[in-house]
Amino acid sequence: MEHSFDVLVIGGGVVGNAIARELSRFHLKTAVLEKAPDVGLGTSCRNSGVLHSGINYQPGTLRAALAVRGNSMMDTICSELKVKIKRIGKLTTALDEDELPGLRQLMDQGTANGVPGLKILDCAAMQKIQPGVEGIAAIWSPTSAITSPYGLTIALADNACANGVSYFLRCEVCRIEKEGKKFTVRTRDGKKFAAGLVINSSGLASGRISAMGGVTEGNNGESLKIWPCRGEYYVLDKRLDGMLKTLIYPVPGTKDAGLGIHLTPTVDGNILIGPSANYLSDDMSEDYKVTASVLEELRRAGQSLLPNLKVSDFIRNFAGNRPKRTSPAEGGNEDFVIEEAREVKGFINLVGIESPGLTSAPAIAEMVRDLVSNHIPLREKEDFVAERPGFAAHFCELPIQEQERLIQEDPEYGEIICRCEKITKREIRDAIENPLGARTLVSIKYRARNGMGRCQGGFCTPRIVRMLRDEYGFEVEDYLYREAGSNLFVGNVREGEGK
Amino acid sequence: MIRERHDLVIVGGGPAGLAAAAAAREAGCDDLLLIERDRNLGGILNQCIHDGFGIHAFKEALSGPEYADRFIRKVQSLGICVMEKTIVLELSKEKILRVSREGETKEIEAKSVVLAMGCRERTRGALSIPGHRPAGVYTAGMVQNLVNLENIMPGKHVVILGSGDIGLIMARRLTLEGAKVEAVFEVLPYSSGLNRNIRQCLDDYGIPLYLATTVIDIHGPNGRLEGVTVAQVDEKRRPVKGTERFVPCDTLLLSVGLIPENELTRGAGITIDEATQGAFVDDSLMTKIPGVFACGNVLHVHDLVDFVSIEAARAGRNAALYAAGRHSSGTEGIAVKAGRGVRYVVPQRVSHGEDVSLAFRVTDPSRDRVIEVSDGERVIKTSREARLHPAEMVWLNLGTVDLNVIKSLEVRVR
Repeated sequence: MEHSFDVLVIGGGVVGNAIARELSRFHLKTAVLEKAPDVGLGTSCRNSGVLHSGINYQPGTLRAALAVRGNSMMDTICSELKVKIKRIGKLTTALDEDELPGLRQLMDQGTANGVPGLKILDCAAMQKIQPGVEGIAAIWSPTSAITSPYGLTIALADNACANGVSYFLRCEVCRIEKEGKKFTVRTRDGKKFAAGLVINSSGLASGRISAMGGVTEGNNGESLKIWPCRGEYYVLDKRLDGMLKTLIYPVPGTKDAGLGIHLTPTVDGNILIGPSANYLSDDMSEDYKVTASVLEELRRAGQSLLPNLKVSDFIRNFAGNRPKRTSPAEGGNEDFVIEEAREVKGFINLVGIESPGLTSAPAIAEMVRDLVSNHIPLREKEDFVAERPGFAAHFCELPIQEQERLIQEDPEYGEIICRCEKITKREIRDAIENPLGARTLVSIKYRARNGMGRCQGGFCTPRIVRMLRDEYGFEVEDYLYREAGSNLFVGNVREGEGK
Repeated sequence: MIRERHDLVIVGGGPAGLAAAAAAREAGCDDLLLIERDRNLGGILNQCIHDGFGIHAFKEALSGPEYADRFIRKVQSLGICVMEKTIVLELSKEKILRVSREGETKEIEAKSVVLAMGCRERTRGALSIPGHRPAGVYTAGMVQNLVNLENIMPGKHVVILGSGDIGLIMARRLTLEGAKVEAVFEVLPYSSGLNRNIRQCLDDYGIPLYLATTVIDIHGPNGRLEGVTVAQVDEKRRPVKGTERFVPCDTLLLSVGLIPENELTRGAGITIDEATQGAFVDDSLMTKIPGVFACGNVLHVHDLVDFVSIEAARAGRNAALYAAGRHSSGTEGIAVKAGRGVRYVVPQRVSHGEDVSLAFRVTDPSRDRVIEVSDGERVIKTSREARLHPAEMVWLNLGTVDLNVIKSLEVRVR
């Protein structure tokens, strides 16, 4: 059977979902093809969750323009989609005189990019924002913010889905053919899709998908090769919540692959240490290993940045890979490629969307929408619903009176399943019954936040396993941790007694 | 918000909470509420279906559920009010507890509180084991729950990191259910579990235990665990180059330590002892907030449940007396210090001086030693020990300590 659409979006990361949501405002038949059992399991869930102001990118680049525009759109989007966002601002600090020229240059760049509210602060003014911060001067960028990167990705997808976009999870694209004006896209599980437009928003796979679509280089002759570059992080216990009032970054070197190892508070009250930057070989582009040497480096960096850090404060670590367009030899960053391929009409290519991809996502979506409108006249739908139901906060973060009201509405709001993060049964149920139909353990965790605390799911996992079995009919082979193949269990202890 | 009042609220219906409740009732406390977050009373004992419980308390070997059942029956026969499937979200200095359960959230004001929340398992994240993050890496206690209560088999080829008792018990359990347990690796040069568990759970089944060896890498690029790299470690627990080897497995169980669950305790502003990870208590097991007591694994991780029950009964009795206005806060009291060879001592302070019982753990394994309790100038008590091991708690009864005479206490190994 062939599934026919106007637009196929390959890749359900934050960018693909932002595009899908933007297109869902119009009379279009759109589908998102995602190879994993859920959206956002690649780079989108493995980053600092920072919404950048736009000071770090060269004027005139897409990264500069899209970051500034994307950042400015986030308050509305997060409020519509019930995603946490905190405008905590950022201090980019110069530690000594030698770093002042770099700081000034960054200030000029930010101003040229149109970043609002920038100020140079002296030591005393810096201390007012973050007591104890080191450095002699800093740039204050008030629009820098934090959000939940997986929360935003999922919310965009949920809303796109609610507005009629079809989601195909576990559908890995393996062949793209074009005949006349029609693309035929085949997936590994044997499905066949037809569409007039294909959007390649496949992140780490974007180089490969370009080639599969017959696009060998960018419209200006750029290489479309992706150089995966791993960043490792530590997650710290909520005990330290509130210690960081703002984001603090060093002045970046121009050859650095990232913005340097630093501390980032999360919207849920943890602190991240990271990310490192280490290039990987092509075949490891989706290998998310954490390494002993980097972890040690991060621990040392963390202990120097937060002197009273204890061993027990390190509750988890993880890695994410940047889809970079610069080789290790070149270093630094190249601009995003966002264009309709000249070689293959109707193939809209997004390659090298690394940082600030999260910030830029809604602005990229607008740009892609305009490229789509070159082919299909866009007519707005009257029944588009911008609002996603629910609330951005977790239940336990709501005011007590609101909690009491909700418990009256649904008694399951009173029952706590995850004791560390105080996540209720109703929240778990909402996560299980997500509109995309994603049912892995990680899918539930990214939606409800269970298992993200100190015990890391030790106590709540059996309860959720039981709930999935008793209330959703899970068999022992249905439990997946994350990706296909990540089966949690091998069978029943005694057969015939599974239920 | 709804506000209830009770003389005594016990937080946690595991072995500690059950024993505390029964003892408090027997000490005359009528208005007593026992709060349990799970479906049933009994706590972790419910998943401990092996035997060996109760040898000290009942002079017979019971399974975990049987041991729990004796206390549950007692609590029931004493007519103690139990609130199951209820979690305590907050405890204030004023002893107001905010609880939540299906259909309601409310506040309970108590004259006295016993904290008996138990402990949780240390995780992979806390150990910073590098590698992939595949399915198949679990804490031993979680697997014990899944296997024994949910009929779920996590894997077929198992490696266990850490020789804690739960890991040892699970080595035997999974072997009996048809899994191949390849080995147990312990980073320390000695086992962290009880000797009898090494014999009965590993030796009897031919499962090797490698000491001073740890997991340094986890391999699972395709979603499920495919193996681990292990290496020997030097005296500073750093991997020794050249000793690495790959061990294929689909499951890695972590049995690497238990951490008292003191989030409520911290939230109430009670000081936590870095050595025990539990509250500082006096000899009546009262924390620094008058009327709040702690016992069992939330106070310090015990080796045997029998001792949890004994300790908890003491906390329950004293909490009942406090609620009745018959327990004084005592004097400022004297400090109890962990001296040479001793990792910690509970209680950390003696302020009443009657029937003083000390519980402690040593830092290193040793044989033929003498435990000494000194008052700073002279040794007031000695005990000869044929064998001392960090995995085993040591109990010492001092009887009455005259606080007019004795001004400090130190426990040490000689």
